[in-house]
Amino acid sequence: MTTALDRRPVSATPTEPRPRAAIEWGPALAGAVRKLDPRGLVRQPVVFVVWVGSVFSTVLAITDPSVFGWLIAGWLWLTVLFANVAEAVAEGRGKAQADTLRKARQTTVAYLLDGSEVPAADLRPGRRVVVVAGQVIPGDGDVVEGIASVDESAITGESAPVIRESGGDRSAVTGGTTVLSDRIVVEITSKPGETFVDRMIALVEGASRQRTPNEIALNILLSSLTIVFLIVVVTLQPLAVYSGAEQSLTTLIALVVCLIPTTIGALLSAIGIAGMDRLVQRNVLAMSGRAVEAAGDVNTLLLDKTGTITLGNRQASEFVAVGTASEAEVADAAQLASLADETLEGRSIVVLAKERYGLRGRDDLPGAVFVPFTAQTRMSGVDLPDGRQLRKGAAGAVLAWVRAQDGPVPPEVGDVVDGISAAGGTPLLLASASADGARVLGVIHLKDVVKAGMAERFAELRRMGIRTVMITGDNERTARAIATEAGIDDVLAEATPEDKLALIQREQSGGRLVAMTGDGTNDAPALAQADVGVAMNTGTTAAKEAGNMVDLDSDPTKLIEIVEIGKQLLITRGSLTTFSIANDLAKYFAILPAMFAGVFPGLDALNVMRLSSPESAILSAVVFNALIIVALVPLALRGVKYRPASASAMLRRNLLVYGIGGAVLPFVGIKLIDLLVSLMPGIA
Amino acid sequence: MSATAAGWLQVAVLVIALVAVHKPLGDWMARVLTTDAAPEGPKSRLWPQGHWRVERLVHRAVGVDADAEQRWPVYLRSVLAFSLVSVLFLYLLQRVQQWLPLDNGMAAVKPGSAWNTAISFVTNTNWQGYSGESTMGHLVQMTGLAVQNFTSAAVGIAVAVALVRGFVRSGTDRLGNFWVDVTRAITRVLLPLATVAAVVLVLGGVVQNLSSGTDATTLAGATQFLPGGPVASQEAIKELGTNGGGFYNANSAHPFEGPSAWISLFQVFLLLVIPFSLPRTFGRMVGDRRQGLAIVGVMAGLATASLALTSWAQARAGGAALQLAGAATEGQEVRFGGPLSALFGTATTLTSTGAVNSMHDSYTPTGGMLVLANMMLGEVAPGGVGSGLYGMLVLAVVAVFVAGLMVGRTPEYLGKKLGRREMTLASLYVLVTPVLVLTGTAVAVTTDTGLGSLLNNGSHGLSEVLYAFTSASNNNGSAFAGLSANTPFYNTALGLAMAFGRFLPIVLVVALAGRLAAQGKAPVTAGTLPTHQPLFVGLLGAVVLVVVGLTYFPALALGPLAEALA
Repeated sequence: MTTALDRRPVSATPTEPRPRAAIEWGPALAGAVRKLDPRGLVRQPVVFVVWVGSVFSTVLAITDPSVFGWLIAGWLWLTVLFANVAEAVAEGRGKAQADTLRKARQTTVAYLLDGSEVPAADLRPGRRVVVVAGQVIPGDGDVVEGIASVDESAITGESAPVIRESGGDRSAVTGGTTVLSDRIVVEITSKPGETFVDRMIALVEGASRQRTPNEIALNILLSSLTIVFLIVVVTLQPLAVYSGAEQSLTTLIALVVCLIPTTIGALLSAIGIAGMDRLVQRNVLAMSGRAVEAAGDVNTLLLDKTGTITLGNRQASEFVAVGTASEAEVADAAQLASLADETLEGRSIVVLAKERYGLRGRDDLPGAVFVPFTAQTRMSGVDLPDGRQLRKGAAGAVLAWVRAQDGPVPPEVGDVVDGISAAGGTPLLLASASADGARVLGVIHLKDVVKAGMAERFAELRRMGIRTVMITGDNERTARAIATEAGIDDVLAEATPEDKLALIQREQSGGRLVAMTGDGTNDAPALAQADVGVAMNTGTTAAKEAGNMVDLDSDPTKLIEIVEIGKQLLITRGSLTTFSIANDLAKYFAILPAMFAGVFPGLDALNVMRLSSPESAILSAVVFNALIIVALVPLALRGVKYRPASASAMLRRNLLVYGIGGAVLPFVGIKLIDLLVSLMPGIA
Repeated sequence: MSATAAGWLQVAVLVIALVAVHKPLGDWMARVLTTDAAPEGPKSRLWPQGHWRVERLVHRAVGVDADAEQRWPVYLRSVLAFSLVSVLFLYLLQRVQQWLPLDNGMAAVKPGSAWNTAISFVTNTNWQGYSGESTMGHLVQMTGLAVQNFTSAAVGIAVAVALVRGFVRSGTDRLGNFWVDVTRAITRVLLPLATVAAVVLVLGGVVQNLSSGTDATTLAGATQFLPGGPVASQEAIKELGTNGGGFYNANSAHPFEGPSAWISLFQVFLLLVIPFSLPRTFGRMVGDRRQGLAIVGVMAGLATASLALTSWAQARAGGAALQLAGAATEGQEVRFGGPLSALFGTATTLTSTGAVNSMHDSYTPTGGMLVLANMMLGEVAPGGVGSGLYGMLVLAVVAVFVAGLMVGRTPEYLGKKLGRREMTLASLYVLVTPVLVLTGTAVAVTTDTGLGSLLNNGSHGLSEVLYAFTSASNNNGSAFAGLSANTPFYNTALGLAMAFGRFLPIVLVVALAGRLAAQGKAPVTAGTLPTHQPLFVGLLGAVVLVVVGLTYFPALALGPLAEALA
């Protein structure tokens, strides 16, 4: 795993999505016209039925011309076109990003170890290439020699360079990124055309898009509804003939198109593409739509403590004096002992001493000898010119140092140390030795600092029914203390990669879906096992291959946003389905009296909208049906508003807006269109 | 007491009785139909309470290992094979009754009518194209029709239980044992209840004898034929098993079948009691009684709304003079008052019973439309014995799918994920009945043979045909009257509608049960769509109404609605 230090600062607030271009209707319209080819439309049964209806009504308009017939035919074609526009707009979103990526792929030459040039397209896995400052890395691979700073902005959009070096978890480099300094030898790991960038291009363009399980299930329901309404209308004609109210074929086609769920049928694939797009805007690449859907279903989130829940480094929070020492004395000694300590922990001691005790930093201590930390002594400190020796370090090591000089150990030291450990902190013992002998001064309380705002987000997750589990290498007690502070539900302490894998399998055997992030090679099995495995872009190739998403920002907190995007995707589908079906009520009230009030005048009572004429009523319903698709394209692309809440609260809200709203809105819309349409000659 | 006050009292008594009985009955059914949770454990522990001796006899006769469980295709095959054999037996019995004892001098039933009747009774429809007292001898009534009254209801319970097991179990391909389920449904549920009910009916004045009828001289001096027969025993299971096939042509309006107001009310209670108790059984078996309560809540809500509307439509008919006399009276059970007609009519069409104590053809157009719409709901409020529960559960699957998406998760009901295959089966289920009803009606009104049977023309004629196909496809069996259905065309067409309307859904339900049982169980979290709260009850009710409303609205508009608004 990477250490906390090389991660970019992460925040608990949702990342700002990349600024998004306004919908480009022009190119989308051109794409929509191309999509009128029925062979492509068969995938969308609802739209295909409308297409067939359009063809029929056009034939009817030609053989038996009338203003009404031509208008219906025209608006039916528009309905198909609008359905295609939705998809084309969604796909167009990815195009811009794909173009940027293509530029990154323009590398043509690679240099082998012996200095010879080969075309990048001929590189096969296993070949080693040399890349020096200013050159573009010709393909995905692992650094096997050297260290370099690399500009990955072509992929991540982030301009700050990152360090790549051989060995360890920071060895993976991506083709298309630029080496800024030094020289590295890269062993190529991908075939040409199958590189990370190639896959990204395919993904953002939607070329490799496969329909997801839930989308298929919904499509089946919609197809079934379409069949029901086809049967309803096909059998209506005999009933109408029996009743002496035979209907024109054009009218029946119009009725079918109005009744079948065209709105959701037209927007369904756009919703799916837009869901992926929303991830791309947040710099997350989902390798499959299935993973995005699974994200909405996640029951358990495994979160690494470091970098996700805590800031990643422990900080001094308190000086506790023991024995005869005073707190100020401890602070003073702690500061002196840490002046040369360049670790973040050491810095935080100096900062605390300054902020809490007003001790100014002393830049130079003439004659002082700093004692650096080593794994053997497990202490660091300073030897002052006046003969005083100050040491800070692990309790056992410092106590041994004091005892070796026959210094007294105050009895409360054990209690203080244990207390700090129990609270999840790390105790650093501070001791001094001089001519008078050695003694323990006090204890420095280092603690993990939970990122601001995390507790609120975990509470949010809990309301959504998602359990959070913190993964940490700390011991159980420390882990529990931090979990309690951050509001985490459970911890996996002293976690090994095997423990992680076992935990995921245990959760899954209980029917739960698990999401996790990871970056190291040893995370790969767990990433592969998790239902949603988000690999950090800074991570190893193995991790990226194992996960089903890659976060280009390498921000583990983003897992929470990924879950929200997954949920939003499903909510958008469900809401627009409800809306689409609820619309039918008003359409019946528009079309049925128009069809039959001539024979059964009593049925005019159903004409609650008081539409001006039968033709105008039917046309208005068809026009509304077409326009509502365009009107909802932005909503389908943006996704319906999502606020974390309990399932009941969300259902109540969405039912109210899209169920009741979907029933009421078309009454208003159709009436308004009728007011316009009735002004047309040949209709009113 | 005014008829209205009596009506309120009857409803109150009915509701109290149902509320009181549904708990013990539902719990009892859950107890006798629950197998041990460990199918792979010692075989003898599969049925914790063991088998009764009479059940063992039946199992041995059928040749079935009562302690082995079936996979869903085997369970389904058992249902279909059992039903097929039943149809063949019943057909044959009718065709040879003149050579058998207790034929009461009846001739062999004609092939078309015999086929129609055989299908009708095996599918729990009990559509009657014939007139009981002039067609069927006592032997056919007792060993053919009455037996099917038991078995068709038991099959409904078995299929419903199989679906419930699908929700309860996880990671198994076993659904239970059809033969054991059917046997137990008869020996431990239907027979005991029917026996008690028959005794009550006899006490109330329903006839029970083997007489072939007597000629009596009336006060006016005319001679009248009084038919006899084992009516009470058949009447009990007719209502209890939501069958509805009357011993007499006039069904429960016949004074020997429905002698008094309280017997009529008792019959309503009988036909509602099992369908309203099964949700409790469901709740017990899935281990969350609130789930059962939600289902029964939807059923009761729809039933109450329907009853209120029908009563209102019937009571405001015909202007002030008629309203003083009790409003709509033609074809009503005038002996007991209009409200009891409305109650009986609503209950019989909401369950798949189809027994009548009044003639729905003579209801006001709105009242007639409502009893028609009751059946169009798909017989789920509360529906037939067993079929009501599985129908409602499939609709719940559809409701959960759409609603589940709206809470941002792949939809799951009772821990079962609703994916592609589950939705295919549920979608097809929803498709079956509308296709049967609408195509049947369309064919009937476009052919001369179909139109030839109409008593009325215009909208009312359309209502008669629509009613017949709705009744047959939904396995209700009540007739609107006015349609002479004992013709080759209607015997065949309605027979097909009944067979497909019964068995296609069963195929889909058992397959769905198999799918669900094979799945694991997702845990319930705060993010799971709660399916036991009033919000879901309202949603499911709305889905039931929308599915019906959107499908049948045009047909209703040309039939009863055109008539009502004329």
